[in-house]
Amino acid sequence: MASYETTQEYINHHLTNARMCSTEEGIVFNKACEDAGFWVWHVDTIGWSVFIGISFLFLFWRVGKKATTGVPSKTQAMIELIVEFVDDNVKSSFHGNSKLIAPLALTIFVWVLLMNLTDLVPVDLLPWIAGLIGQYGFGMDPKDVYMKIVPTTDINTTFALSLGVFILIIYYSLKIKGVVGFTKELTMQPLNHPVFIPFNFIIESVTLLARPLSLSLRLFGNLYASELIFILIATIGYLQLPLHFAWAVFHILVLPLQAFIFMMLTIVYLSLACEEH
Amino acid sequence: MNFNATLIGQLIAFTVFVVFCMKYVWPPLIAAIEERQKKIADGLAASERAEKDLELAQSSATDKLREAKEEASKIIELAKKRATQLVDEETQKGHSEREKIIAQGHAEIEAEKNRVKEELRKQVAALAIAGAQQILAREIDAQAQSDIVEKLVAEL
Repeated sequence: MASYETTQEYINHHLTNARMCSTEEGIVFNKACEDAGFWVWHVDTIGWSVFIGISFLFLFWRVGKKATTGVPSKTQAMIELIVEFVDDNVKSSFHGNSKLIAPLALTIFVWVLLMNLTDLVPVDLLPWIAGLIGQYGFGMDPKDVYMKIVPTTDINTTFALSLGVFILIIYYSLKIKGVVGFTKELTMQPLNHPVFIPFNFIIESVTLLARPLSLSLRLFGNLYASELIFILIATIGYLQLPLHFAWAVFHILVLPLQAFIFMMLTIVYLSLACEEH
Repeated sequence: MNFNATLIGQLIAFTVFVVFCMKYVWPPLIAAIEERQKKIADGLAASERAEKDLELAQSSATDKLREAKEEASKIIELAKKRATQLVDEETQKGHSEREKIIAQGHAEIEAEKNRVKEELRKQVAALAIAGAQQILAREIDAQAQSDIVEKLVAEL
């Protein structure tokens, strides 16, 4: 483990993503990106989340290709358990007919769950390995090597997810209710009188926008806080061992719960978008 | 909280994952699950039907068994009756046969007795004649006295 001068430095280091941006000098990393504004890529977030997503989809795809209707293998049984769980939830909450909702819910649930579960990897392990690689492979100061592995503690990830859901909400609202119906829904509720159109519009817009916002902030907040606590616990010496254990056990509950909430709310929001009044 | 291009990258990754899942992951898995559910439902229905069939077969088997038993007892009854009848008949026949044989015996004995009597009579007559001849030979001619002999024979 690299030595840090202060606890604050340690925490800051662990809460900073590995950044990449392109400037006039070519592609540069981390501190050189401080002035790059929007066009900065968090390579650790993207790398880990894409790696996790591809692993999960590849596994499910391979099992699906070899799926038998007879006695399933153990892997198939496990995956079918997850698929059925998602399918049951979709069927109980979403009454429209859509080929997209169930796979969307499955992708969200499993992907978010796996991304959340990286929270249980010891906080120092991967940053330390990355530091060693940076130190001995590229001659960098390990303190300049960043590696924040939990993609859902990056607000970009959670906002990307909820933005995707938000686009689908708008798409389904327009598709099912039409432009007129959607406009009416935004302006004629809850007070059905022309005078109240501005008032209604403000209320309904806030309702509409609050959905993706709360969706992403809930996931981000929970994961960021838990990661922060893990890092804080890691700064207090040997007493950290039982505390780490307790906090990790607690998160066996929290992490799947957050993934489940994200999936359920996605289904509910989309079914609301598909409902005609 | 710093929004940056990662958002775009993650949004693209998310879209690609969802589309891939919708096209290649979800359909075969859910198809397999639904087909298995159908299979299980069919199997359960079939087993229920088989159970009902079994029950039916069992009750019909009991019926058949009872019928067969009744039939068998009837046959046995009949056979017993027939047997006693046969025994009676045979006894009757035996009795009559015995009577007949005995009667025949009696008749034969009677005939023999008569024959023997006749024989004896003849022999006694002959003996008497011979006796008389010998007696008379001393005194009279046999021929001349034959009417007396005849009378004697008739008297025997």
